[in-house]
Amino acid sequence: MHSIVAKRPLGPEIAQYEVEAPRVARTAAPGQFVVLRLHEQGERIPLTLADWDPSRGTITLVVQALGKTTREMHELYGVGDVIRDVVGPLGEPSEVVGEGTVVCVAGGVGIAPVFPIARALKEAGARVVGIIGARSSDLLFWLERMDEATHELVVTTDDGSTGRKGLVTEPLAEILAARQVARVWAVGPAVMMKFCAATASAAGVPITVSLNPIMVDGTGMCGACRVEVGEHVRFACVDGPEFPGEEVNWDLLLERLAAYQEEERCALDKYRRMVQEATR
Amino acid sequence: MIREAQVPMREQDPGSRVHNFSEVPLGYSEEEARQEAGRCLKCKTAPCVRGCPVEVDIPEFIGHVETGDFRAAAATIKRTNNLPAVCGRVCPQEVQCQGVCTLGKKFEPCGIGRLERFVADWELEHGIQSVEPPPPTGRRVAVVGSGPAGLTCAADLRLLGHEVTVFEALHEPGGVLMYGIPEFRLPKAVVAQEVEGLRRLGVGIETNVVVGKTVTVDGLFAEGFEAVFVGSGAGLPRFLGIPGETLIGGYSANEFLTRVNLMRAWQFPEYDTPVRIGSQVAVIGGGNVAMDAARTALRLGAEKVTVLYRRTRTEMPARVEEIHHAQQEGVEMEFLVNPVQLYGSDGVLGEAECLRMELGPPDDSGRRRPVPIAGSEFVINVDTCVVAVGNQPHPLVPRTTPGLEVSRRGTVQADETGSTSRSGVFAGGDIVTGAATVISAMGAGKQAAAAVDRYLGAGG
Repeated sequence: MHSIVAKRPLGPEIAQYEVEAPRVARTAAPGQFVVLRLHEQGERIPLTLADWDPSRGTITLVVQALGKTTREMHELYGVGDVIRDVVGPLGEPSEVVGEGTVVCVAGGVGIAPVFPIARALKEAGARVVGIIGARSSDLLFWLERMDEATHELVVTTDDGSTGRKGLVTEPLAEILAARQVARVWAVGPAVMMKFCAATASAAGVPITVSLNPIMVDGTGMCGACRVEVGEHVRFACVDGPEFPGEEVNWDLLLERLAAYQEEERCALDKYRRMVQEATR
Repeated sequence: MIREAQVPMREQDPGSRVHNFSEVPLGYSEEEARQEAGRCLKCKTAPCVRGCPVEVDIPEFIGHVETGDFRAAAATIKRTNNLPAVCGRVCPQEVQCQGVCTLGKKFEPCGIGRLERFVADWELEHGIQSVEPPPPTGRRVAVVGSGPAGLTCAADLRLLGHEVTVFEALHEPGGVLMYGIPEFRLPKAVVAQEVEGLRRLGVGIETNVVVGKTVTVDGLFAEGFEAVFVGSGAGLPRFLGIPGETLIGGYSANEFLTRVNLMRAWQFPEYDTPVRIGSQVAVIGGGNVAMDAARTALRLGAEKVTVLYRRTRTEMPARVEEIHHAQQEGVEMEFLVNPVQLYGSDGVLGEAECLRMELGPPDDSGRRRPVPIAGSEFVINVDTCVVAVGNQPHPLVPRTTPGLEVSRRGTVQADETGSTSRSGVFAGGDIVTGAATVISAMGAGKQAAAAVDRYLGAGG
């Protein structure tokens, strides 16, 4: 049982949760994730760690209400509520090398998992340039934390409501053209990572991406999270979640992410009806 | 006069049971059990006991059943077997206790498995006798994995007075008993009750701990555990490695069964986890897991379920009873067939190209090797393809435990007592043998518990 000890809204449908998980907090590293299950009937969903505090025995997760489970968590789970299962830290940690300039790109809620990676890279001695973007300013968060975790920070929004108007790939291409960059990190929606990978590849700079396929157990047991990386089928949960972006078969990832669209809609509708009935 | 055949066990009718997930065999009544118990010859040699990996005193418990003292029968079984309700259902008795039964030389062997199940169910129904664990020794042992090996090892160690904590990676204890074996063959409530019995005995169980990730074996020693038993199983699914295997609709048997059994996808959307099932389902493989997947697919509403096996019926590793049940329910079987490529559109599986095979000379396993027949390609319609060609040892624990010797196949090297290359680290079950049976894992767990006890007694 894992109590929520703090919850803070970060945007219209985004919140940050501090959750009791002492064993996870003790061994967590940047790039790793947890699988959580809200309750007895719940599904297991993977969430990349946004932060952790071994002394408090807690982990920080940032969740946007998108599918049934994330919406349920957003609407029904607050301070003092208990998440039935949290398991982790899962996956391989980020390979942190403190040399040269590294560009960390984050899209949307990807800002949360990029934060500990950027912080670790900076601590290790790399020069860290952050690029964070969202559709509009209300979906941006952790600007101060990201400012601290990087040496330079570029902010973009699709509508220009904060920072530069446009997509994260534009400043990324400019930086890669103007400077010597050792590596790019990109975390966010699959489409955004796909275009970051194309941008980095065009500039001949290696890129690490954090893949987010559908998972069930998250420990290498089922293979739901199969991804294709450079002709090889890999399990994102144990071989990843980070992979060289230039080698990822993005179309396959995008197709597989949509495998249960109908069922996801069905589950979300059922949840909405349940909430409506309960509030009537 | 001795009945030549076993007292039959009532079963759900095949026509109705394919529409539900309730258990197929319904169990014996008290009268039926006593009648079957009466068939036991009580032969002095009792080969059945030696045929049992955990050496249940079979003639003694059957004698108690015959006289109607079911509680005594339960006590006899539980002296050596802590999961009788599970074993009575999933043990391959036909090649163990019943395979060597003296009565079986002339007639059908005594229905030992059915009687064990009867006794275990009787006890669960009438209240489990509490066993007083001996005074605590003050020694702490960690058990990695709560499958059959881990649970058996934990129970035995607890009965020897040690403090035991079982670490389970998933959110429910039971390992393969929870995620692998379907509800209609092993109701999850039965597993939960057996696990509850261990908890009452004082065995600690911590779920959601992935040893090798959340904490390492060395980390467990640092937490004060003096010995560690590794029973982390064969949880890594094997795929065919053919083109198209990542199409939507392609599942490992582990994923398919985990979604349905552990996550209860058969109760979607009451439970959140879905599973895709089209009208045409192909299950690749010929073992018990393939039978479980095929029968599960029928229950999920598939129109046609075909098992594709690259050898013949004779080489099928599945238990006869499982094959029989599957065929009764309408599962079709195609022998000497092997898929070579999967096709789909928009990323969704639609067809499988297969090759016909013939049997060539024997391979390493002693079975005749299937050889493809040139030019025999044919295509079948497939919406869902479940790959059930075996599991490999889970690599997490071996990979994160320095000094733990591992074979080329990835299994942990351990002797018959479970001792490994690392002092204080013991191992047993599928992680040592590769994928095998519930009862052999339990046997290994038992041996290891005795070895751990000796190790602790010798001063650790």
